[in-house]
Amino acid sequence: MSSRTLYDKVWNFHQVKDLPGGSTQLFIGLHLIHEVTSPQAFSALNEKKLGVKFPNLTVATVDHIVPTSNQQRPFSDPLAEEMLATLEKNCKTHGIKFHGIGSNSQGVVHVMAPELGLTQPGMTVACGDSHTSTHGAFGAIAFGIGTSQVRDVLASQSLAMNKLKVRRIWVEGELQKGVYAKDLILHIIRHLGVKGGVGFAYEFAGPAIEKLSMEGRMTICNMAIEGGARCGYINPDETTFKYIKGKEHAPKGQEWDKAISWWKSLASDSTATFDDEIQLDGSSIEPTVTWGITPGQGISIKETIPNPELLPKNEQQIAKDACKYMNLKPDEPIEGQSIDVCFIGSCTNGRLSDLQEASKIVKGNTVAAGIRAFVVPGSQKVAKEAKEKGLDKIFLKAGFEWREPGCSMCLAMNPDKLEGRQISASSSNRNFKGRQGSANGRTLLMSPAMVAAAAINGKVTDVRKFL
Amino acid sequence: MNQKFPKGEIKSIQGRSITIRGDDIDTDRIIPARFLKCVSFSALGEQVFADDRKELKGNHPFDVDNNKGANILIVNENFGCGSSREHAPQSLMRWGIRLIIGESFAEIFFGNCLALGIPCLTASKEEIVKLQNLVEKNNNQIWDFNLKNLSISNQKETVKLVLDEGAYNMFFSGKWDATSQLLDEEEKINKTFNNLPYLNNFK
Repeated sequence: MSSRTLYDKVWNFHQVKDLPGGSTQLFIGLHLIHEVTSPQAFSALNEKKLGVKFPNLTVATVDHIVPTSNQQRPFSDPLAEEMLATLEKNCKTHGIKFHGIGSNSQGVVHVMAPELGLTQPGMTVACGDSHTSTHGAFGAIAFGIGTSQVRDVLASQSLAMNKLKVRRIWVEGELQKGVYAKDLILHIIRHLGVKGGVGFAYEFAGPAIEKLSMEGRMTICNMAIEGGARCGYINPDETTFKYIKGKEHAPKGQEWDKAISWWKSLASDSTATFDDEIQLDGSSIEPTVTWGITPGQGISIKETIPNPELLPKNEQQIAKDACKYMNLKPDEPIEGQSIDVCFIGSCTNGRLSDLQEASKIVKGNTVAAGIRAFVVPGSQKVAKEAKEKGLDKIFLKAGFEWREPGCSMCLAMNPDKLEGRQISASSSNRNFKGRQGSANGRTLLMSPAMVAAAAINGKVTDVRKFL
Repeated sequence: MNQKFPKGEIKSIQGRSITIRGDDIDTDRIIPARFLKCVSFSALGEQVFADDRKELKGNHPFDVDNNKGANILIVNENFGCGSSREHAPQSLMRWGIRLIIGESFAEIFFGNCLALGIPCLTASKEEIVKLQNLVEKNNNQIWDFNLKNLSISNQKETVKLVLDEGAYNMFFSGKWDATSQLLDEEEKINKTFNNLPYLNNFK
């Protein structure tokens, strides 16, 4: 009787060799690249006179630097254009499939790969982007890497890795109406801390997790890294298989049945032992908003800004810094905090269901005066499906801008930026100082539906009032 | 700026130190995203901590004249969290940093530093704060890092450091640049490929 975790099983399948010094040479089954972290890796390959070992196991798209208002080439920003042109050239030289602007399959790398069926259970997935943990939603081991490691994967399809410990986060119950996967993961990070996951892979399990859609599961795994866990995963089940079935790169015919039985065999055994286990009650979670400068500084919509003096000693300094930076006073409610900008999008919450949930709040309402609100679909496919459902018209009618797909104001490498001290309600993943393009701009993280409610009221609002 | 980058065995590092205080310093702060718009890392040394430096108008540790030429950085907890951008350690390295000592490091950042030949070692909060105080009291003093002893010393005071065995061996042997090691195993890589169901029609 096997008693192994999914992490153990997938790791074993991909072990090439034990390296001197204790790390493992791990085979990478799917390598995703984009324009920001790959150019220097290709340059390094050229310097070392190396080629790409398995070009068909690397897939490229462009997302971080693309403008979302006008995607005509050449881009008006010459640096952005140079990055895209460099990626196009590198893909062409090495025979790598590139999903570019106008291909109908371009998008934020962690949105487009799953929707093409590229991400599947049992894979190892690496990408020069920390939110690669997203792909763990399918029962893959997926993690972000740096550019030197992108070079190594291109050259050898493998990486030198240390095996992680596994912490199972068991979520009982069911999320209440108006509470989404985003609230759950913000709640988890709040309680385990932004460094609680260092050295661990997070296995998310339990009834509340099983009830989530694949898109909700991706939101959870996406932010595992914000809790310090380089990878997060969820055991594959019928929800997973149903999502993959029929996708462009999904197994077909007889292979499909064989794939299902292999995928099923990968789930953590009921007798598996974990290095650590934590239980939470999903039913008691409320809509959650960050008030500070790390994703761990979240509170429920009904709570007040914490008083730094009353926090555990090791959290006091960063809480004081956060109050000062955010210009928020201890003991004030977060509900009602005024905002300037509303952003719906990103690899965390830029998928169709995110836009659908937000559109339900927006429908028939109008964006409050003085608020700049915009929607950036996560991919060309998301944009197309949303338009087919008329979501673009709902948002536009309410006063939102409807943009082209890209990473946009999640990290503001394109023209979408906060200005000065502006404060945003954002469905993205990081509220770090300066993250959204203004060195002193401020970010409140929340679910897309909460962002929509904030846009309508011009201030942080409990989305349940709209339901 | 020191442009002779790490190479080969890294068993000792000698030089002046600099401190950055605070927990959870993320890679967006080390190198803001707008500087990632480049196809080469070469300009990053000047842009390290750009926004923090602008705010402090010349008083940031990376701007203070006396700190120029320092090559050892002392930090606190969870340094380098957030984005996987190797631009963060690249910008520190190109400013001149060759060794980082802190309470703890984010995982991807630690790995990126390892791949560049920049050791990241840890010590307890008390030891790190003591070290930071000593460094700030006199930023002209020379510190000696010794990998074998896992320590850093200014002659009078010595602080013991921690480094996991794998990283230790890689720096000691000079094999921290993984590419050639990984390429050595072509046959085993192909064998792993051939045994993966999803790359072989689920046979």
